[in-house]
Parts: sequence; C-alpha cells; structure tokens
Amino acid sequence: MISFSEIETTVKRATKSMGFSWGIAEEVGKNTRLLEMFGLPGIKNINQYFKIYNKDSFENINIYSRSNISKKFYCPIIAGVNFFDQSSSISELKQIEINNLAFPLLFIPFVSRTSEIAGKRIFLKVDNKEFLFNYNQSIYSNYLSGDIVEKSEKINLQFLENTNSFSENEWSELYKISEDTFVEETEELKQKGAGAGLTDND
Amino acid sequence: MNIELRDPKYLMKLSKLGSFHQSKLSFLRSFLNEFKDWEYKKDLFELNEKGHGRAVYSFSKKNRTYSLVCFANEISDEERSDRVIATKWDAAFTLHDGVPTKGDLDRLARNVPKQEVGRLSYKELTLSRANKSLRIFNHVVESLSKGNQPNTELLSKVGYLYRTTAVYGSGKFGLADRFRIKNREEIYGPFRLEMMLVYLVRQFTFDQVNHIARHKNPNTAVELDPNICRNLGIGNSTGLGMAPFIVNHPILLNNWILARETALKKIREIEKASEQELNIFKNCLVKSLINVTNWNTDSEFQNKKIKKLTEDLEKFIKFLNQDFSFENTFPFNKIYMWAEENVSDECIEYIVSMMMEPYDEIISPLVNKMSSDEDQHFNIPIDRTIEELRNILESKYSEILKIDFKKKENNQNFWFISKNKEEPRMANRYEMDGSILEQPLAIARDIKKLYEAIFTQKNSLKIGKFLTNNNDLRHVVRRAFITEKFPYAEIQDNTIGSKLMPIDMLRLKLSFFGAIKFDPRSDKWLRICMFQGAPLPTDLKSFDNHWVYSSLN
Repeated sequence: MISFSEIETTVKRATKSMGFSWGIAEEVGKNTRLLEMFGLPGIKNINQYFKIYNKDSFENINIYSRSNISKKFYCPIIAGVNFFDQSSSISELKQIEINNLAFPLLFIPFVSRTSEIAGKRIFLKVDNKEFLFNYNQSIYSNYLSGDIVEKSEKINLQFLENTNSFSENEWSELYKISEDTFVEETEELKQKGAGAGLTDND
Repeated sequence: MNIELRDPKYLMKLSKLGSFHQSKLSFLRSFLNEFKDWEYKKDLFELNEKGHGRAVYSFSKKNRTYSLVCFANEISDEERSDRVIATKWDAAFTLHDGVPTKGDLDRLARNVPKQEVGRLSYKELTLSRANKSLRIFNHVVESLSKGNQPNTELLSKVGYLYRTTAVYGSGKFGLADRFRIKNREEIYGPFRLEMMLVYLVRQFTFDQVNHIARHKNPNTAVELDPNICRNLGIGNSTGLGMAPFIVNHPILLNNWILARETALKKIREIEKASEQELNIFKNCLVKSLINVTNWNTDSEFQNKKIKKLTEDLEKFIKFLNQDFSFENTFPFNKIYMWAEENVSDECIEYIVSMMMEPYDEIISPLVNKMSSDEDQHFNIPIDRTIEELRNILESKYSEILKIDFKKKENNQNFWFISKNKEEPRMANRYEMDGSILEQPLAIARDIKKLYEAIFTQKNSLKIGKFLTNNNDLRHVVRRAFITEKFPYAEIQDNTIGSKLMPIDMLRLKLSFFGAIKFDPRSDKWLRICMFQGAPLPTDLKSFDNHWVYSSLN
C-alpha cells in the first residue's frame, strides 16, 4: 500500500512539474492526501487531470463573484487556491455558482479546508452529487462511486450559518433526562456542599 | 534574574548550528530513558555458520511490542558501499509494529533486503541497512575465535562493527504514516523508533560476531567482553539527503532548538547550584574530554575545529580551577558569559551541552516538547495584511534581507532531487544543467524576492488577495507566518551561497540525534558514531545516565 506521506510528496512533485508554483504544489499534495484519507479518489482524479492538462485549455477563476461562468472549463487547482485565499469575501456572498469546472473532486479539499478556517459548514452540489463539509473533520456525501469525475457543468456552493440542527424543544427534552444525574440538595448540603463561604464580603 | 533566550539571528547561522554537540536532550539518550523499563528479548536467531540468516529482537510493555527484524546477507567485497547509491548490504533491518507472524517474516524477507525498491506495509515503522566495518569485524571474529579479546586500541579508532547508510521512517516505501502512531506516549520524542532500530541493530552486531566466531572455532572461541561491547556503537554515513530535512520541517527545527535554548536559559537563571550538581557538571566535563581527544578524522576542516575545541576546553578548565568560584551566584550564567567572550562556537556549544547534565528536572519536561504537528500550521492566514507580513520579514529575516542575490557567489548553488536515487543533491547553477528543476530550499533568496514583491503593495492589502497574482511566492509566505510564531524555525543563512558547508546542516541534525565523533569525508557527507558507551539492552533496568562520557574510547 502506498502511504499517505508518499502520496503527498509525489503529488507535490508532479504538480510542480506541470508548471504550478511550489507553494501551490504543496497545497495540492496536502489536498490529495486529504482526499485519499476521506476515502475519495484523489490519485485517480489528479492523475487523469494531469494527463490532459494544458495551461491554455483551462480558464482560471481569479476573482470570485456570485456567478462564475466560463465557456472553457475552469482549472480546479487555481479555482481551489483562489477560493481558499478569497474565502472571507466569498463567505459574505453566502452562495456562489460555478459553471464548468474540470475535475471537481480536486476542488473539494480546498472547500473542506475553507470550512475549517471559516468555522462554517459548507454545502456543495456538483451536478447531482452532494457534499457537506464539516470543518475539515468529515465530509458527508451521496457520492460513493470512487470514479473519476472529469467535469461538472454546474456547481452550487453555500456557506451554512452556524445554527443548531435540532429544535429548542428537542434540546429541552434531552436536558431534562440529563438532570436525572443531579442530586437533590438538602438544606445542609446547600450550605456546605459548595465549599465556599456563605458571604463573599470577608 | 531573567535571562533572554538567545537571539535566532545570532544562533541560527549555519556555522553556529554546525557547532552543536550531543546533550541530555539528544534523541538516543531520551530513547533509552523512555524504554529502560520495557522488556527486551531476543526472539529469533537463525543464522548459518557464516552469520547469514534472520533474527528478531523486541521491546515489549503491556500490550505493545516493537520487533526489530534483521536479515544478514552474503555480499561480495566489491558490492559493499556506504553510499546511498548501493544496492546490496551486509544486513537489512525493519522495525515491525507488534510480533511478526511467519507470513510477515517471509514477506519482509522478500522486501527488506531490497530497501528502496522493496515495499513495506503500515505494520512496519522504520527501515534501514548497514555494512560491516570489514577490518574491525574480521579482526573481532579472528580474535574471538582464537579465544582472545580484540585489540581495543584498534576498535577505538573506528568505534563500531557496522555502520548504517540510511534509516527511513514516516511513510517512506510504504512504511506506516506518522499519524498512525503519533499518539503513543512512548514515542512523543522525535525519531524515537529510528533510535530503537539503531540500538537493537547494535545488539545484533554483537550477537552476530559472537555467533560467527563460535562456528569458526567452537573449541576455543570466547564471547566479546560486555565492557568492550558497551564501548562500541553503530556507525552511520550521512550525505546530503539529510540536509533539506531541517529546511523542510521548520516547526520541528524550532522545537528542537527551543528546547535547547529554554534549558540553557533556565540553567543560567539558577541562583545557587548544589555541590552535587556542580560535581556532575565537572565530572561530565572532565570525563567527556576523552571523546574529544579520541575524535579521529582526516578532515582538515574538522581537525581545525577539534584543535580549537581542545585548546578552548583546556582554557575553560583552567578558568574553572583558577579563576572561578561556584560559590558565585548564578554560576552557570557567569560561565556562559565567560565562554561567549573567550572561546569558539564549538566550545561554547560544548559547554552548553555539559551544563544540562545535572538538571534532569529541567531537561525531562522539555524532551516531550520536541515533536511537532506541522500540518496544524500549514494554512496561510489569508486575512492578515501586507503590513503585517512586511513587519515579520523586517523583524525575523533582517539578516537575510541584507544578502545581495545579484552577486553570483550568493546565488551559486541549487538543490535538486536526483533521478536515479530520488535523493536531494546540490550543484553549481552556473556549471551544471538542471537549475530549472530547483527544489524550494533557497529560502533566503525567495524571502528576499517576497520582500521586494510586497514593497510596492498597499499596507492594508489582504494576504489572500496578494497571493492571487503572486502564487510563485506562496511557499515563502507560508514560511514567514510560521516563523512569526516559531522563532527558531528558520536558518538565518544562505543555503545556496558559494560558502555553504552542507555538513553544518547535517551536523545540526545529528547532534540532536546524539551522534558523536563527526568525521566529515567531504563538505557534503560525514561519518558519525551512535550509542558508543551506551548500556546494553540487559543493562537497561539500571544504568548511568551520563553513559555517553563513560566510553573508554
């Protein structure tokens, strides 16, 4: 089995040899390791992308807007790097759309890492594949095939507000059950149990 | 009294870092301390009369076992090379996580002797190979087989029976990734499993030499005297492959140096030292001199340093005996201040190492802080500003910003990865092809480029925005923000200049390993010795913590 360390080093070198800078190569090495650790086909996708990669065949998203549309497919590496770098301003847009992104799985680790630094969950829809990024701790998805995804025509991305996934009532019910671990205090315990004095004026 | 940590701009120069010595913080010493109450066993020893075959040694505690699996092979003298480009070795080793099954041993037998072209699994933690020091090994076999102990004078000139030529870990060639084992308390210190491998290999070399001598002449053979064994270590040949490590792991480098500097600061702040502490300091200093006087090398560069060290140590001992009173308050601070004014870097750092010897309570807590989780600091803080970045560069890299990279001599070398061995190498960019494939190890030059690039940028510009058009500088932007938090993360020197001595980079790392007797064979590779004077595995329950100075060699 190839170790994650070998994956990171080899992908970093391969990315550099495709003409990207060392700094970007470091990001892509780290990302591919992350994809493989999450059980997503990072090596398959990056390998296939580099087979067809030619700088001029792809468009770059340099500055993100709410709607990012191109006739040529966007390079997922540059799109990802700039998404990460501009995540503060993008998160203010709350929701963005990208039309025509090549090898969208390579974009995914940038989104996952952004979820961590932004402290927000991010929901991503790649055509009919859905991904929920949980602060770079886990990825919840309906995509399980492990195949290469060469292109996506429509990507929707949404920064989710930090809200609870449950109702106040559900929380109260659970809290009430937790109270069964508490001890009912007698008058004496109320006086002595806390350890501190009854007044704080001495 | 509050002593400041030493200034990184002074300390992190390569000539200074290349003067470091082993200390109580060294990894091989902390490894022995950690594993002293583990159960040691020789589990398997199946060698033929020539000493070829397989052996297994282990350390166990509770439910955890680490097993060294050894394969000793027959090779011809022409095939024996201690360069990394060799393809056959006298012996090959791996440290297996747990007790290997027969299936594991057969799998490892097919792969471990092949080293870089074999494949290991997540069940293996480290990988290495070693060659005999033929003149020593054969002499020991001959002597023992005739019933005599070997000539210790001859042994002391070399100091080992075998030398390793590489020790790999952390995911190389399919070995377990660090994340699988990083939460194990016994390996919180860096390179602990690499140290275990080398230590158990040392025992294998003794068992093998005894075994061969016994088969050579069963009637007269004797075993190698344990006292002689204790005075033998394991040699190591190290080339440029190790040099980029300290550039590629800035936080780890910081944590090593910071531990050393914190120890020095705390020791200098001791107001009164007890008599026992002073005796330990003085005893270690005096006993250690034998390691300096028996430091053999043909290197003119190193011999000059050893000569100066010897003179300086004489001067220092004279000072201690004639002009210094340990009744003084803050005695170690006074010693340090004297050293700064009177002796060379080699001697200053030697004295710093010695000062640590009496102070277990200062050193022990620092040992476990010497690892790092570099991934935690990988993300670039995109919301910081150009003004903040400029401040970092001006305050943390001021020495580097003075270097003029337009001058040929400051831009002479480039680092690359060799195609045939996938190992780091260095070459002159004005004489050799390949600089287009330069590795990102010219940190000083690239930091200066970054400084120039941000010169005209608005102070308020966010780093994320700056990077949109400057991704060629992304790797050094990342480093600058790391260096902001970790003061000793960066070498404050030019790693591509014509005056670079790559062995300074090797020496720094090897001193933290605990190596002694640095023997440069050129400006790019050197030999060292590890575990010379160390207790044997059967001594571990009770041994002298200052064993490194008890070597008879």
